[in-house]
Amino acid sequence: MRCSPDPPEVLRRAHPARQQRVRPAVSRIEVPMPQMGESIAEGTVSKWLKAPGDAVDRDEPILEISTDKVDAEIPSPSAGVLAEILVPEGETVEVGTVVAYIEEGAGAGAAPGADGKSSRSGGERAMASPPLDTPPEPPPSAEPVAHRASADEAPADPECTATSEERLRTRSTPVVRRIAQEAGVDIARVPGTGHQGRVTKQDILSFIESEMAERAAAAVAAPQPAAPAVAPPARVAAAAASAPAPVAPPAAPSRVPATTAPSDLWTRFHREVEHPSFPVRDGDRVETMDKVRRLTAEHMVLAKRISSHVHSVIEIDFSAVDRIRREKKARWAERGARVSYTAFVAWACSRILRDFPTVNGVISGKNIIYRGSVNIGMAVDLNPGLIVPVIHDADDLSLVGTARRIVDLATRAKSRDLAPSEIQGATFTITNPGVLGTMVGMPIIPKGTSAILGTGSIDKRVVVITDEATGQDSIVIRKRSFFSLGYDHRLVDGADSARFLSQLKELLQDFPEDA
Amino acid sequence: MPEPSWAERTLAVRYAGCVAYPEATDLQTDLVERRRSGQITDTLLLLEHPHVITLGSSGDDRHVLLTRSELAAREVAVHEAGRGGDVTYHGPGQLVGYPILDLKPDRKDLHLYLRCLEEVLLRVLGSFHLSGSRDDSATGVWVGGAKVAAIGIRVSSGWITSHGFALNANTDLTYFDAIVPCGLSGRPVTSLSRLLDRNVTAQEAAPMVVDAMRGVFGYGSVDDSGAANSK
Repeated sequence: MRCSPDPPEVLRRAHPARQQRVRPAVSRIEVPMPQMGESIAEGTVSKWLKAPGDAVDRDEPILEISTDKVDAEIPSPSAGVLAEILVPEGETVEVGTVVAYIEEGAGAGAAPGADGKSSRSGGERAMASPPLDTPPEPPPSAEPVAHRASADEAPADPECTATSEERLRTRSTPVVRRIAQEAGVDIARVPGTGHQGRVTKQDILSFIESEMAERAAAAVAAPQPAAPAVAPPARVAAAAASAPAPVAPPAAPSRVPATTAPSDLWTRFHREVEHPSFPVRDGDRVETMDKVRRLTAEHMVLAKRISSHVHSVIEIDFSAVDRIRREKKARWAERGARVSYTAFVAWACSRILRDFPTVNGVISGKNIIYRGSVNIGMAVDLNPGLIVPVIHDADDLSLVGTARRIVDLATRAKSRDLAPSEIQGATFTITNPGVLGTMVGMPIIPKGTSAILGTGSIDKRVVVITDEATGQDSIVIRKRSFFSLGYDHRLVDGADSARFLSQLKELLQDFPEDA
Repeated sequence: MPEPSWAERTLAVRYAGCVAYPEATDLQTDLVERRRSGQITDTLLLLEHPHVITLGSSGDDRHVLLTRSELAAREVAVHEAGRGGDVTYHGPGQLVGYPILDLKPDRKDLHLYLRCLEEVLLRVLGSFHLSGSRDDSATGVWVGGAKVAAIGIRVSSGWITSHGFALNANTDLTYFDAIVPCGLSGRPVTSLSRLLDRNVTAQEAAPMVVDAMRGVFGYGSVDDSGAANSK
């Protein structure tokens, strides 16, 4: 079946040249991306061996293509002149896509006359178009097929079995399957736009991009606005790479941007990340970044590029919070709630964020978006990796309600059991470097928001306090912590940040009993 | 003239000894040309390479982890290879097979050909009483998650194959540390010697490769008089 020497269906369809066989004068012969195997759906043009205008003999290699693990030379289907190259080097196209035109016939230059074979009719030449085949195929004889079957006694050859799983598998190339496997994506979920519904590399990459972008956005607490304001970086890069391809003939000028306006540079600066390479030394271990890490890395760079970062630090006394925690711990435990310091902080932030619309907003193009709800992202350490589940409408929750939500989200974050909506839409973020003993952190503001609070470790410190009644100073031991606010200075003024931190400090130091 | 059926074909085997990578490439180019013009029959070139790292067409320079000067200090050459696939290492103790075959008329399917080469290598493992496996997402032959043989091929105009496979017999596997083999990180490499816990040379594995090539492709006969040309 698979051994039939008949040209595959796609080749037959891809050769309208067959209909041109009686045309006497100059005719254009299409050079399609050939079918190099039943399960091969696409190929990459790796090198053009001829330039437009070059004379080519029939069967002379004119380009090289590569598919997974395979390089192949593609010969010219006809003698003539390479008239036009349609697919530049490095571009991957589906089987059957026309990659070039050969002009044959009287006006086509010296090649036809120089070649004895070319005295045959153009029709005959055009007909022999399955591009890798020199002589016309012999009629299919049963013998080699039968023999091959007996040669492959071993049942292990997976391509020779035609289970439904196999058929599914042939909807994609090994490259695509490998990408899918690495990303943990079930190929059956990916809509295929390729030949006969095959999943192309672009399909899988787009699919992963959109999925990973969500996860990565969550990983750095980036509450993407509903509109896809930022194009996936890979696609932008691909477009940029294909545009200036030096081999692109004048045939495809539309791909080349006329000018690179400053706004394009700005756009690229905010959408593309390139990490420089460094030499590896003896004893080093080198691993390729997994996709979450890569997207996190890109996101961190972009987030830092976009926002004009400033950090302010304030010291907060946790005596009141500590006392309330101790007093109510047993009662909360009876209700099945564990109220952490983080819950107090998140609750306090959610109370005051409405008073600071810029802290809860974001600059978007020429506009400022003041968010209508208070959604607090909470960075959760997955060790390795981090994710930022979001407490939506945090200002509707009581202290205990906030605590329950945090425990629930953190637990499910660690078991990778969060719904996409639960990692999106943050308007403000809290990260807690203090939980591991850090005194103070200077966090990066997640893209799409204007501020992030970093909570330092809560430690006993010796402090001087002044008795309000007597005005007398005394040295006491208090639980205190440094909190830092990273804010986007484009939108949030220094005084706003100071007021925000002061108000937060006031609320935590004089924590309401009925929270 | 139509190609004879595979049962009517003879597989010529040439043992070339230890051949530097560029020379082996030239040798293959010559054999491909002669196979295309019908001067020779299907030929299996068996050899070993001195230490060399080669980059296939999908090769990513970043998968070579040492600098060129660090590699030079270890006498490891680096070459770009006209084959598919990513980066790999060849060196003493690795049996390299370059089948120069005409896939016409009935084997014109490059994935089928890759699967056939995998089958050859699986049979070789079988003759060592090892059970290898394929990985649907990564061409090559694996034993227990480690890659024992790599595959990367080229097909020239007229469906003539070149390049092929590299089976680790008693390869010094530490050289693979210089690369991310085939661009697959986290996938270890292994060798027949390591798997069998005894020294298995490339010479010992060669006859099994020839037998498996004959069996899988169905050659009627094998001409290994080329063994006499062994250096």
